Amino acid sequence: MRKVFGPLAAFTGLMFVASPFVVARAPFESSMGIVSKIFYFHVPSWFAMFTAIAICGAASLIHLFRTSPRADRIAEAAGEIAVVFGLMGLVTGPMWGRKAWGVWWIWDAKLTIALLLEMTFISGVLVRKYGGPGSDKLAAAVGIFGLAVTPFVYEAVNIWRTIHPLTSVVPTLPATMAVPFWYCVTAYMLLLAVLLMLRVNLGKRQAALDELYLAYED
Amino acid sequence: MSLRRLLIALTSFVLLAAPAFALQPPKGQSEFVPVNEVPAADQLPAAPLLIVAYAFVWAATLVYVWSIWRRMNKVEDDMRALAQKMPHR
Repeated sequence: MRKVFGPLAAFTGLMFVASPFVVARAPFESSMGIVSKIFYFHVPSWFAMFTAIAICGAASLIHLFRTSPRADRIAEAAGEIAVVFGLMGLVTGPMWGRKAWGVWWIWDAKLTIALLLEMTFISGVLVRKYGGPGSDKLAAAVGIFGLAVTPFVYEAVNIWRTIHPLTSVVPTLPATMAVPFWYCVTAYMLLLAVLLMLRVNLGKRQAALDELYLAYED
Repeated sequence: MSLRRLLIALTSFVLLAAPAFALQPPKGQSEFVPVNEVPAADQLPAAPLLIVAYAFVWAATLVYVWSIWRRMNKVEDDMRALAQKMPHR
Protein backbone atom coordinates (compact mmCIF):
# COMPACT_ATOMS: atom_id res chain seq x y z
CA MET A 1 0.00 0.00 0.00
CA ARG A 2 2.85 2.37 0.86
CA LYS A 3 4.43 1.77 -2.55
CA VAL A 4 1.21 2.87 -4.24
CA PHE A 5 0.57 5.87 -2.00
CA GLY A 6 3.43 8.17 -3.10
CA PRO A 7 2.88 7.91 -6.87
CA LEU A 8 -0.89 8.07 -6.42
CA ALA A 9 -0.66 11.23 -4.28
CA ALA A 10 1.76 12.84 -6.77
CA PHE A 11 -0.45 11.95 -9.73
CA THR A 12 -3.54 13.30 -7.96
CA GLY A 13 -1.72 16.54 -7.13
CA LEU A 14 -0.69 16.92 -10.77
CA MET A 15 -4.26 16.37 -11.93
CA PHE A 16 -5.50 19.08 -9.55
CA VAL A 17 -2.79 21.52 -10.65
CA ALA A 18 -3.70 20.90 -14.30
CA SER A 19 -7.47 21.02 -13.72
CA PRO A 20 -7.86 24.85 -14.12
CA PHE A 21 -6.22 24.61 -17.55
CA VAL A 22 -8.49 21.72 -18.55
CA VAL A 23 -11.56 23.60 -17.28
CA ALA A 24 -10.46 26.82 -19.00
CA ARG A 25 -10.59 25.04 -22.37
CA ALA A 26 -14.19 23.94 -21.81
CA PRO A 27 -16.88 26.11 -23.44
CA PHE A 28 -19.08 28.42 -21.38
CA GLU A 29 -22.67 27.48 -20.59
CA SER A 30 -24.95 29.72 -22.66
CA SER A 31 -27.09 31.28 -19.91
CA MET A 32 -24.61 31.36 -17.01
CA GLY A 33 -21.29 32.23 -18.65
CA ILE A 34 -18.01 31.97 -16.79
CA VAL A 35 -19.49 31.16 -13.37
CA SER A 36 -20.90 27.90 -14.75
CA LYS A 37 -17.34 26.55 -14.65
CA ILE A 38 -17.73 26.10 -10.88
CA PHE A 39 -19.72 23.06 -12.03
CA TYR A 40 -16.39 21.27 -12.69
CA PHE A 41 -15.43 21.54 -9.00
CA HIS A 42 -18.86 21.55 -7.39
CA VAL A 43 -20.42 18.38 -8.85
CA PRO A 44 -17.29 16.18 -8.53
CA SER A 45 -17.05 17.14 -4.85
CA TRP A 46 -20.59 15.78 -4.34
CA PHE A 47 -19.72 12.65 -6.34
CA ALA A 48 -16.71 12.15 -4.07
CA MET A 49 -18.87 12.76 -1.01
CA PHE A 50 -21.45 10.20 -2.16
CA THR A 51 -18.68 7.66 -2.78
CA ALA A 52 -17.21 8.32 0.68
CA ILE A 53 -20.70 7.86 2.15
CA ALA A 54 -21.13 4.56 0.29
CA ILE A 55 -17.81 3.34 1.72
CA CYS A 56 -18.72 4.61 5.19
CA GLY A 57 -22.18 3.02 5.04
CA ALA A 58 -20.89 -0.38 3.85
CA ALA A 59 -18.12 -0.43 6.47
CA SER A 60 -20.60 0.72 9.14
CA LEU A 61 -22.93 -2.16 8.28
CA ILE A 62 -20.07 -4.64 8.64
CA HIS A 63 -18.94 -3.13 11.93
CA LEU A 64 -22.45 -2.89 13.38
CA PHE A 65 -23.29 -6.54 12.77
CA ARG A 66 -19.87 -8.21 12.92
CA THR A 67 -17.81 -5.87 15.14
CA SER A 68 -14.78 -5.46 12.89
CA PRO A 69 -12.18 -2.89 14.07
CA ARG A 70 -10.84 -2.68 10.51
CA ALA A 71 -14.28 -1.88 9.11
CA ASP A 72 -14.74 0.64 11.92
CA ARG A 73 -11.52 2.42 10.98
CA ILE A 74 -12.62 2.58 7.33
CA ALA A 75 -16.07 3.87 8.34
CA GLU A 76 -14.50 6.50 10.59
CA ALA A 77 -12.14 7.66 7.85
CA ALA A 78 -14.77 7.70 5.10
CA GLY A 79 -17.27 9.54 7.33
CA GLU A 80 -14.73 12.26 8.10
CA ILE A 81 -13.77 12.59 4.43
CA ALA A 82 -17.45 12.80 3.44
CA VAL A 83 -17.66 15.90 5.67
CA VAL A 84 -14.68 17.48 3.86
CA PHE A 85 -16.12 16.87 0.38
CA GLY A 86 -19.58 17.95 1.54
CA LEU A 87 -18.09 21.20 2.79
CA MET A 88 -16.51 21.77 -0.62
CA GLY A 89 -19.90 21.26 -2.26
CA LEU A 90 -21.71 23.49 0.21
CA VAL A 91 -19.21 26.33 -0.22
CA THR A 92 -18.74 26.19 -4.00
CA GLY A 93 -22.50 25.81 -4.65
CA PRO A 94 -23.53 29.18 -3.17
CA MET A 95 -20.76 30.92 -5.14
CA TRP A 96 -22.29 29.53 -8.29
CA GLY A 97 -25.83 30.30 -7.09
CA ARG A 98 -25.04 33.91 -6.18
CA LYS A 99 -24.24 34.71 -9.78
CA ALA A 100 -26.63 32.31 -11.49
CA TRP A 101 -29.69 32.79 -9.25
CA GLY A 102 -28.90 36.12 -7.60
CA VAL A 103 -28.85 34.60 -4.09
CA TRP A 104 -26.25 32.76 -2.04
CA TRP A 105 -28.70 30.28 -0.62
CA ILE A 106 -32.32 29.29 -0.96
CA TRP A 107 -34.17 26.87 1.31
CA ASP A 108 -35.42 24.61 -1.44
CA ALA A 109 -35.56 20.82 -1.10
CA LYS A 110 -32.25 20.02 -2.80
CA LEU A 111 -30.10 22.48 -0.91
CA THR A 112 -31.77 21.84 2.43
CA ILE A 113 -31.50 18.06 2.25
CA ALA A 114 -27.84 18.37 1.14
CA LEU A 115 -27.16 20.53 4.20
CA LEU A 116 -28.90 17.96 6.42
CA LEU A 117 -26.72 15.20 4.94
CA GLU A 118 -23.60 17.19 5.76
CA MET A 119 -24.89 17.76 9.30
CA THR A 120 -25.59 14.03 9.64
CA PHE A 121 -21.94 13.19 8.96
CA ILE A 122 -20.68 16.04 11.15
CA SER A 123 -22.79 14.50 13.94
CA GLY A 124 -21.10 11.14 13.21
CA VAL A 125 -17.68 12.74 13.68
CA LEU A 126 -18.84 14.44 16.92
CA VAL A 127 -20.31 11.17 18.24
CA ARG A 128 -16.96 9.45 17.72
CA LYS A 129 -15.05 12.27 19.36
CA TYR A 130 -17.26 12.89 22.39
CA GLY A 131 -19.54 9.83 22.59
CA GLY A 132 -17.38 7.78 24.96
CA PRO A 133 -17.51 3.95 25.07
CA GLY A 134 -19.78 2.44 22.43
CA SER A 135 -19.65 5.55 20.27
CA ASP A 136 -18.27 3.48 17.37
CA LYS A 137 -21.59 1.58 17.15
CA LEU A 138 -23.60 4.78 17.39
CA ALA A 139 -21.48 6.38 14.68
CA ALA A 140 -21.97 3.26 12.53
CA ALA A 141 -25.74 3.69 12.85
CA VAL A 142 -25.39 7.34 11.84
CA GLY A 143 -23.29 6.26 8.84
CA ILE A 144 -25.98 3.79 7.73
CA PHE A 145 -28.66 6.45 8.18
CA GLY A 146 -26.57 8.85 6.07
CA LEU A 147 -26.25 6.22 3.35
CA ALA A 148 -30.03 5.71 3.36
CA VAL A 149 -30.62 9.46 2.96
CA THR A 150 -28.11 9.93 0.13
CA PRO A 151 -30.34 8.71 -2.78
CA PHE A 152 -32.92 11.33 -1.75
CA VAL A 153 -30.25 14.04 -1.90
CA TYR A 154 -29.26 12.96 -5.40
CA GLU A 155 -32.84 12.57 -6.62
CA ALA A 156 -34.21 15.65 -4.83
CA VAL A 157 -34.24 17.69 -8.04
CA ASN A 158 -36.34 15.02 -9.75
CA ILE A 159 -38.71 14.44 -6.80
CA TRP A 160 -39.38 18.06 -5.82
CA ARG A 161 -39.53 21.25 -7.85
CA THR A 162 -36.32 23.11 -7.08
CA ILE A 163 -34.20 25.89 -8.55
CA HIS A 164 -31.20 23.55 -8.78
CA PRO A 165 -30.23 22.09 -12.21
CA LEU A 166 -31.57 18.58 -12.85
CA THR A 167 -29.55 15.36 -12.76
CA SER A 168 -30.12 15.02 -16.52
CA VAL A 169 -27.48 17.73 -17.08
CA VAL A 170 -24.53 15.36 -16.61
CA PRO A 171 -25.55 12.53 -18.98
CA THR A 172 -26.47 15.04 -21.69
CA LEU A 173 -23.22 17.03 -21.56
CA PRO A 174 -21.64 17.60 -24.98
CA ALA A 175 -18.17 16.07 -25.39
CA THR A 176 -16.44 19.45 -25.02
CA MET A 177 -17.90 19.74 -21.50
CA ALA A 178 -18.02 16.03 -20.64
CA VAL A 179 -14.26 15.49 -21.05
CA PRO A 180 -13.19 18.19 -18.55
CA PHE A 181 -16.02 17.17 -16.23
CA TRP A 182 -15.00 13.51 -16.08
CA TYR A 183 -11.36 14.58 -15.79
CA CYS A 184 -12.30 16.51 -12.64
CA VAL A 185 -14.41 13.61 -11.34
CA THR A 186 -11.38 11.32 -11.76
CA ALA A 187 -9.16 13.82 -9.90
CA TYR A 188 -11.65 13.99 -7.02
CA MET A 189 -11.99 10.20 -6.84
CA LEU A 190 -8.21 9.86 -6.69
CA LEU A 191 -8.11 12.52 -3.99
CA LEU A 192 -10.71 10.53 -2.08
CA ALA A 193 -8.53 7.40 -2.36
CA VAL A 194 -5.43 9.29 -1.18
CA LEU A 195 -7.21 10.87 1.79
CA LEU A 196 -8.81 7.56 2.70
CA MET A 197 -5.43 5.80 2.75
CA LEU A 198 -3.95 8.57 4.90
CA ARG A 199 -6.87 8.62 7.33
CA VAL A 200 -7.12 4.82 7.65
CA ASN A 201 -3.40 4.72 8.39
CA LEU A 202 -3.93 7.30 11.14
CA GLY A 203 -6.69 5.09 12.58
CA LYS A 204 -4.33 2.09 12.53
CA ARG A 205 -1.64 3.99 14.42
CA GLN A 206 -4.20 5.23 16.95
CA ALA A 207 -5.34 1.62 17.49
CA ALA A 208 -1.72 0.55 17.96
CA LEU A 209 -1.25 3.35 20.51
CA ASP A 210 -4.37 2.23 22.39
CA GLU A 211 -3.02 -1.33 22.52
CA LEU A 212 0.30 -0.01 23.78
CA TYR A 213 -1.48 1.91 26.54
CA LEU A 214 -3.37 -1.24 27.54
CA ALA A 215 -0.12 -3.25 27.59
CA TYR A 216 1.51 -0.53 29.67
CA GLU A 217 -1.34 -0.50 32.18
CA ASP A 218 -1.26 -4.31 32.48
CA MET B 1 -73.74 55.26 -47.33
CA SER B 2 -71.39 58.11 -46.71
CA LEU B 3 -71.75 57.56 -42.96
CA ARG B 4 -70.74 53.93 -43.42
CA ARG B 5 -67.68 54.99 -45.40
CA LEU B 6 -66.80 57.49 -42.75
CA LEU B 7 -67.03 54.78 -40.07
CA ILE B 8 -64.84 52.44 -42.09
CA ALA B 9 -62.33 55.19 -42.65
CA LEU B 10 -62.26 56.06 -38.95
CA THR B 11 -61.94 52.42 -37.90
CA SER B 12 -59.13 51.86 -40.40
CA PHE B 13 -57.38 54.96 -39.13
CA VAL B 14 -57.62 53.79 -35.52
CA LEU B 15 -56.46 50.27 -36.38
CA LEU B 16 -53.54 51.56 -38.43
CA ALA B 17 -52.64 54.28 -35.99
CA ALA B 18 -52.62 52.02 -32.93
CA PRO B 19 -49.50 50.06 -33.95
CA ALA B 20 -47.80 53.29 -34.91
CA PHE B 21 -48.43 54.67 -31.42
CA ALA B 22 -47.49 51.36 -29.86
CA LEU B 23 -44.14 51.37 -31.64
CA GLN B 24 -43.17 54.78 -30.33
CA PRO B 25 -39.96 54.78 -28.31
CA PRO B 26 -40.40 54.90 -24.55
CA LYS B 27 -40.54 58.27 -22.88
CA GLY B 28 -37.26 59.82 -21.97
CA GLN B 29 -36.18 59.53 -18.37
CA SER B 30 -37.65 62.49 -16.53
CA GLU B 31 -35.67 62.04 -13.32
CA PHE B 32 -32.74 60.07 -11.94
CA VAL B 33 -33.42 57.85 -8.91
CA PRO B 34 -30.33 57.37 -6.78
CA VAL B 35 -29.55 53.89 -5.33
CA ASN B 36 -26.56 52.87 -3.29
CA GLU B 37 -26.17 49.45 -4.87
CA VAL B 38 -25.95 48.61 -8.52
CA PRO B 39 -27.99 45.60 -9.68
CA ALA B 40 -26.52 42.24 -8.65
CA ALA B 41 -25.72 41.24 -12.23
CA ASP B 42 -23.55 44.35 -12.67
CA GLN B 43 -21.72 44.32 -9.37
CA LEU B 44 -20.73 40.64 -9.32
CA PRO B 45 -17.92 39.68 -11.64
CA ALA B 46 -17.98 35.90 -12.08
CA ALA B 47 -14.25 35.22 -12.34
CA PRO B 48 -13.41 35.95 -8.68
CA LEU B 49 -16.21 33.60 -7.58
CA LEU B 50 -14.74 30.86 -9.78
CA ILE B 51 -11.23 31.46 -8.47
CA VAL B 52 -12.38 31.51 -4.84
CA ALA B 53 -14.32 28.25 -5.37
CA TYR B 54 -11.21 26.56 -6.78
CA ALA B 55 -9.01 28.03 -4.04
CA PHE B 56 -11.43 26.80 -1.38
CA VAL B 57 -11.15 23.23 -2.69
CA TRP B 58 -7.35 23.45 -2.36
CA ALA B 59 -7.56 25.10 1.06
CA ALA B 60 -10.00 22.50 2.43
CA THR B 61 -7.82 19.66 1.13
CA LEU B 62 -4.62 21.14 2.54
CA VAL B 63 -6.18 21.89 5.93
CA TYR B 64 -7.52 18.34 6.15
CA VAL B 65 -4.16 16.80 5.16
CA TRP B 66 -2.46 19.05 7.71
CA SER B 67 -4.93 17.94 10.41
CA ILE B 68 -4.16 14.27 9.64
CA TRP B 69 -0.43 14.98 9.70
CA ARG B 70 -0.75 16.81 13.05
CA ARG B 71 -2.78 13.97 14.60
CA MET B 72 -0.32 11.43 13.23
CA ASN B 73 2.60 13.30 14.78
CA LYS B 74 0.82 13.37 18.12
CA VAL B 75 0.17 9.61 17.98
CA GLU B 76 3.81 8.93 17.06
CA ASP B 77 5.05 11.20 19.88
CA ASP B 78 2.76 9.41 22.36
CA MET B 79 3.99 6.03 21.15
CA ARG B 80 7.60 7.05 21.52
CA ALA B 81 6.96 8.44 25.00
CA LEU B 82 5.16 5.27 26.02
CA ALA B 83 7.85 3.04 24.54
CA GLN B 84 10.45 4.87 26.59
CA LYS B 85 8.44 4.32 29.77
CA MET B 86 7.91 0.59 29.17
CA PRO B 87 11.44 -0.77 29.97
CA HIS B 88 11.55 1.13 33.30
CA ARG B 89 8.63 -0.78 34.79
